[in-house]
Amino acid sequence: MAILALVPLLYVAFSTLLLGPADLWHLLARPRITELLRNTVTLVLACMGATVVLGVALAAAVENTDLPVRRLLHGLLVAPLAVPAFVNGYAWISLDSRVQGFFGSFLVTTLSYYPLVYLPVVAVLRRLDPALEESAWSLGHSRARSFRTVVLPQLRPAILGGALLVGLHLLAEFGALSLLRFSTFTTAIYDQYGSTFNGSAATAMASVLVFLCLFLLLADLRLRGNRRYARLGRGAARGRTPIALGPARWPLLVGVAMLVTLAVGVPAFSLVRWLLVGASTEFPLADLGAALAATVSLALAGALLTTTAAVPVVWLAVRHRGWASTLIERSTYIANALPGIVVGLALVVASLRLVPAIYQSAGLLVAAYTILFLPRAVVTVRAGLEQAPVVLDEVSLSLGLGPLQTARRVTLPLIAPSLGAGAALVFLAISTELTATLMLSPIGTRTLATEFWAASSELRYGAAAPYALLLVLVSIPATVLLMRHEKVPA
Amino acid sequence: MSSLDIVGVTRTFGPTRAVDAVTLHVPPGSFTAVLGPSGCGKTTLLRLIAGFLVPDSGTISFGDTVVAGPGVRPVPPQTRRVGYVPQEGALFPHLDVAGNIGFGLTRDERGGDRIDEMLDLVELPTAFRARRPDELSGGQQQRIALARSLAPRPAVVLLDEPFSSLDAGLRGSTARAVRRALAATATTALLVTHDQNEALSLADQVAVMRAGRLVQSASPSGVYLTPSDPEVATFVGQAVVLAADADGERASCALGEVSLLAPAHGPVSLVIRPEQITVRSEVEHDVGGTAGVRGVVDELSYYGHDSAVRVTLDDATSVLARVPGTAHPVPGDIVRLRVTGQVRAFARPVNG
Repeated sequence: MAILALVPLLYVAFSTLLLGPADLWHLLARPRITELLRNTVTLVLACMGATVVLGVALAAAVENTDLPVRRLLHGLLVAPLAVPAFVNGYAWISLDSRVQGFFGSFLVTTLSYYPLVYLPVVAVLRRLDPALEESAWSLGHSRARSFRTVVLPQLRPAILGGALLVGLHLLAEFGALSLLRFSTFTTAIYDQYGSTFNGSAATAMASVLVFLCLFLLLADLRLRGNRRYARLGRGAARGRTPIALGPARWPLLVGVAMLVTLAVGVPAFSLVRWLLVGASTEFPLADLGAALAATVSLALAGALLTTTAAVPVVWLAVRHRGWASTLIERSTYIANALPGIVVGLALVVASLRLVPAIYQSAGLLVAAYTILFLPRAVVTVRAGLEQAPVVLDEVSLSLGLGPLQTARRVTLPLIAPSLGAGAALVFLAISTELTATLMLSPIGTRTLATEFWAASSELRYGAAAPYALLLVLVSIPATVLLMRHEKVPA
Repeated sequence: MSSLDIVGVTRTFGPTRAVDAVTLHVPPGSFTAVLGPSGCGKTTLLRLIAGFLVPDSGTISFGDTVVAGPGVRPVPPQTRRVGYVPQEGALFPHLDVAGNIGFGLTRDERGGDRIDEMLDLVELPTAFRARRPDELSGGQQQRIALARSLAPRPAVVLLDEPFSSLDAGLRGSTARAVRRALAATATTALLVTHDQNEALSLADQVAVMRAGRLVQSASPSGVYLTPSDPEVATFVGQAVVLAADADGERASCALGEVSLLAPAHGPVSLVIRPEQITVRSEVEHDVGGTAGVRGVVDELSYYGHDSAVRVTLDDATSVLARVPGTAHPVPGDIVRLRVTGQVRAFARPVNG
């Protein structure tokens, strides 16, 4: 399974080697590539910066102050996770065609992705021991200074992890950027693949994209370093006393409310508007039903396969720690950094060259989903297996049960919830996946995402609306699950 | 119930001999505590007995059944019939109390009254059957863990520091309840602990381990009163170890002349228990008599029923004495110390 996860990476490495340095240079040393590189890097950096500032500021406001209606605001601030970025892009550009290019893309992606920083930071703030800050105050540090010297270092892993996710999402983002007419490597690879099927040019760009992804991963590892942030001592931490803002809370409330309006209000308004417009003209129930059925069956198959594949990976990583098992686990994380476009391209080329029979088969598409979403299943299942310590197996053995009975009566019941959560997460991720689905779906298979795409890229906004609504509805449970997952104490 | 016999058992991890030629006999129905500092190999010994590890050499047998030894295929843990109570109980979090206690029972046994019987044995109400592990206190979790291990009537029960995670008050009462349950079922038990009070107060036999070796096994009073060497003496209870010159029945040391339990000659180490040292204030003592050695009180730890007094003698030797809580000196007092009773002497290797 881990080897399957490496197929895209191997494909990029091999085909780049096959191209040879001269051809590669020829393909890359073009003004178009320079422009793409500049676009991609500026958008990624600007959006990472903006999401970090927004995410930390919002988390501190909601968790650390006595801002009014904080619970409600928290719910609304997380809501953008339930709107796929390409749906958000559609909502904005269909409302106002001026929202496009760099600033449009920056606005839409920042509003879509800031929860990726906000959520982990909130989770850390919630379980941070207030005694840390209190010690800093008692040592004479002001509130602002102790936030900077005591709280921020504790937030560092959450901020870095969130920013990494934002960066990887942006490098992989296709739908939103394509709708907002901003070219990055991912959109260019798709155009190249779609228009001319120019294999070597697409491959050369894919290798740059993979390089950028790996660079982000490594930068994250380096910045994280080996510092430890564990809470020493045991027992539950006390709740924090919120900062009393006084009159300052009203301007802050207005600011947060404005952001919520932009992030949740605008897409909701736009979607409802197009639904009303579209309802009078187009509401093809049969097509909607067929797309929903195709989506659900693909997502079910993918979730089943992915979760099954995660179990041995996790088992090795948790119960038989060693360099080989760590390598296998890590290799699935590298796949996590690979954009859907690269995985799609790799599987198209690999299947055409090696096993043409499986090209454009549902099996190949499910394999692509497995590669893309295995890391999510691994993370969830791993958390579950770590709740099932070896000592429970030993107790079971000492009570006279064999290894198989022990697996059935102890380990399986303990990891069942995490298997379920992992499968659900993968199911929901697959149902809103666009890029790989566009490239690999069998002829005649129409999913919610591809149908939405077909309509919205032809500017048939009203026709796209019902699919967008279904995509959002399908994403809501995933968001709730993700939020619950964040609450699990580390 | 059966006896537990360990003969010459050795287990190495890489270059470390975690358990080194350990021989121990646990009589049927008795309670033995393996006492040692962390890292001495006591947990490894327990895992060897449970069958989670296989010894490199030596024999382990329950009664007449050899479960590991030369020429014997090691019996897997699930067929050894050992009860295992790990640290913090390790109750199955997905099962309620009844599910935990009944885990090792057959379906028929689970339907009978064995579970209530076991709850009764560990002195918990039968209403606890439906509780979840996270609704129990640490002490209750330990009792359920014991009930779970005893339910299938094991040959031997192994307890791995089961009380170390409990707070002081709960530790004593839980330990005594566990002891009563084991005595009531006459189960052969082996407890691993680093807590000397636990070992001395609970066990019929205390086996002291150090760096993988079993250095002494005897009754609790035997280990305390006749330690096999000065290290055992200082590990099992507090002790003042002083260099002395022995001359038959008597020896002279920093605390003056003392009488020996057994005759010795030449340089020896004396092991003196703090309660053997009497402390008198300077003014009380009769001038010129057998008043004892002069010293200054440095430090006083007041425990209520008694106090520990650290005294620096005039020759700079530091000794610990235990005095009744009713009358105790304060730091800075000048006192006179004397040893009462007989003292154990160990031959001291002469080096330079």
